[in-house]
Amino acid sequence: MNFIEWIRQPWPWWVAGPLIGLTVPVLLILGNRSFGVSSSLRHICAACAPMNISFFKYDWKKEVWNLFFAGGILLGGLITALFLSDPNPVVIDPKLASELAGYGVTNTEGLVPKDLFNWENLLTVKGLILIVGGGFLVGFGTRYAGGCTSGHAIMGISNLQLPSLIATCCFMLGGFLFANIVLPLILKL
Amino acid sequence: MCVNRSELDKPIWSNLKFGFAGILFGIILIKSEVISWFRIQEMFRLQSFHMYGVIGSAIVVGIISVFIIKKFKVRSIDGEPIRFETKKFNKGQVFGGLLFGFGWALTGACPGPLFAQIGMGATVIIVTLFSAILGTWVYGYIREKLPH
Repeated sequence: MNFIEWIRQPWPWWVAGPLIGLTVPVLLILGNRSFGVSSSLRHICAACAPMNISFFKYDWKKEVWNLFFAGGILLGGLITALFLSDPNPVVIDPKLASELAGYGVTNTEGLVPKDLFNWENLLTVKGLILIVGGGFLVGFGTRYAGGCTSGHAIMGISNLQLPSLIATCCFMLGGFLFANIVLPLILKL
Repeated sequence: MCVNRSELDKPIWSNLKFGFAGILFGIILIKSEVISWFRIQEMFRLQSFHMYGVIGSAIVVGIISVFIIKKFKVRSIDGEPIRFETKKFNKGQVFGGLLFGFGWALTGACPGPLFAQIGMGATVIIVTLFSAILGTWVYGYIREKLPH
């Protein structure tokens, strides 16, 4: 097996997790930047539509690094898709697979389920809730919480911040409740 | 709230290094499948250890790194002392945290993965990203009326 074939396989958690953790010191040492992605959404608002809202009146140009970082993530996605993608379907838990099959979600190719997240679905109730509603909650919730998985769960907890631990517990609690109780109802639509 | 804790005023191209860090981060996110909607569903249904392993080991490495930086007063490559943000508790971390959890379960993505999914070619996620930007904007608009 050559290097490219080897690197194309899905990476185990004990490789990926430590690498994600290393992003914290890398950004600090590269220029005193605190790891966090959701702020990029705020900077986009501040740059494009501040509309005299005090929350968006700040010097977003000082934070432009965060947009470079987010743009880099997008480019990283493109590079992976072009050169490093795994041709095999994602291996998913059989219980989850059978539950999803019950909702007509059988295509497990790729990382985003094509049966749910596609342009045709956008105009259905289910698609609107998942694609538009879900996105809205991600943007609103992360800003209300003051950070997301990177800013709170990884950067905040790494710096032993209790508010970040509380926020992370709430992310998980919200996800548990929604994925197990509400999401099945939506997928039945 | 600002995440740039450097006091230096540097030209815009100096940000390219953060773009490069973003590329590596994006590749890691995808190759570890943490941006997979399926992995997120497994996490919230306790059907797989993968996500817990990724987030848990990332936090352990992060804690050790921050400890080392503080202990040895490591400086940035510009020679600045590294500054850390102290976060204050407010109710937003609870209410906002729950709302983000709902969104995470629906989209299977937090903000970083949204960018990575679009890059991978899941073009419809552009709509999700716009919606997330709108959500952020609406939060800013009604912020003073929300409990904090």
